[in-house]
Amino acid sequence: MARALINVPAKAKRGEVIAIKTLVSHVMESGFRHTNLGAVIPRDIIDTFVCTYNGEEIFRAQLAPAIAANPFIAFHTVATDSGKLEFKWTGDNGFTATEIATITVE
Amino acid sequence: MTLVRLASAFALLSLTTAELAHAEIPLAERRSGYADMAPETKAMQDDDAANPGMLAVLDGEALWNAKAGTAAKSCADCHGDARSAMKGVAARYPAFEPAQNRPINLDQRINLCRTERQQAPAFPYESRNMLALSAYVGRQSRGEKIAPPDDARLRPHLDAGRERYNVRIGQLNLACNHCHDDNWGKKLAGNVIPQAHPNGYPLYRLEWQSLGSLQRRLRNCMIGMRAEPYAYGALEYVELELYLMWRARGMTIETPAVRP
Amino acid sequence: MRESSPTTQTTRRRVLAGAGALVGGAALPAVLTPPAAAQIQANPAALAMAIRKATGGAEVKTGKVKLEVPPLSENGNSVPMIITVDSPMTQESYVKAIHVFTEKNPQPNVISVQLGPRAGKALLQTRIRLADTQTISAIAELSDGTFWSDSADVVITLGACLEDNP
Repeated sequence: MARALINVPAKAKRGEVIAIKTLVSHVMESGFRHTNLGAVIPRDIIDTFVCTYNGEEIFRAQLAPAIAANPFIAFHTVATDSGKLEFKWTGDNGFTATEIATITVE
Repeated sequence: MTLVRLASAFALLSLTTAELAHAEIPLAERRSGYADMAPETKAMQDDDAANPGMLAVLDGEALWNAKAGTAAKSCADCHGDARSAMKGVAARYPAFEPAQNRPINLDQRINLCRTERQQAPAFPYESRNMLALSAYVGRQSRGEKIAPPDDARLRPHLDAGRERYNVRIGQLNLACNHCHDDNWGKKLAGNVIPQAHPNGYPLYRLEWQSLGSLQRRLRNCMIGMRAEPYAYGALEYVELELYLMWRARGMTIETPAVRP
Repeated sequence: MRESSPTTQTTRRRVLAGAGALVGGAALPAVLTPPAAAQIQANPAALAMAIRKATGGAEVKTGKVKLEVPPLSENGNSVPMIITVDSPMTQESYVKAIHVFTEKNPQPNVISVQLGPRAGKALLQTRIRLADTQTISAIAELSDGTFWSDSADVVITLGACLEDNP
């Protein structure tokens, strides 16, 4: 099942600043909602998102319940070398999701 | 448009006796709910990398290719590549199902294939799998024009759907046409009233924070009118869907759309 | 005003209260369903503490940061936000972190991101939840230890036909 959608350019020139878009499937239950009977719906969110580029961390985010469901996070990075970008989301209830994108830098 | 004017417009409408004989939106004046959205929401729909509906489409693609049921068949085993096989399909549903002697919608068609061809259990309505497959199939009709089948057997059901669209329901005692034919484009509690075309389903509704079907949206409306909604899968919904698709004939499909 | 009982048992009074709340316009969004009808109020103390935690008490100047949110949002469940910081993003001068805060959400933090010179551009785009019409603020920490901020106001409207139990 597809947990996440990554958008990274397949090719880039060395030194080019590229845009990365990420979308992950997650309810991001805030922990502030109640059922019709008044019981609190427990918090269930992604709290951390990390991106590494050929093993080196290039972006890290801490998410609060205020991030909308199915978190969309877009950022930039400098295309340095060809290789692998790895994206990892972790959160409550042992949630983890990983996606990998490859990039060719010439 | 203030609510005072809207309320007096409603008051006038309640005096009308010929409730069923009213003006439908002229074909040239029809507009998709997309046109009523803020630029940011439009951008969310337009960008496949930002549209949460695309997550469901990806899930649906996996389901399309997965073997299921005791028959151990996938959708692909019979239908092949969905990109060609399913192109235009969502545009011509609901369709008449002779075995059941009634129209069925796309979700029901998918479940017929599941139970009869794959010998797999039907997906529950509004389940993640149901929405994913429905989004994937619907996505193959994105850009296509809505084309309800020219089938005489559908006629009585189309009429029933039209009648239901025009009948007052609930404690608010309003019919669909009062908002969506007579007052579209005006504001209700801060939101623009859309013409209510079904051209983007299943869609990601910001209010739901998830993907949902047309039936879910119709239920929302009925609950909004403080009326008892029909059970999921009821013929009433399919007839209403049939009328809505006929009303939106020729409009472009946007599945998976995003709406506020 | 969110109903707290099943729709089928809605009384006429509740219907009128609900309709009245819609007409009034200052209604609660779908995200919060407080049974005790808690008011959504600014919590300046919590906000100040959250900011102090991020900045270590350092002075926060206005400028360099651009916080873009739609002034009027169709739905508080998903408000798109873009933050850009004016920085060359070189080894000598770059944005280390960006923090976003709200004043009226149940808790003040929204997101914190750590960047570096490898980012190339200090730009963050995401979608956030806002409980009510309020002010959002973004604070950027630069590599030279200074803090810069921007803020923006968002008006949150509520959907017209509320869903109870789908």
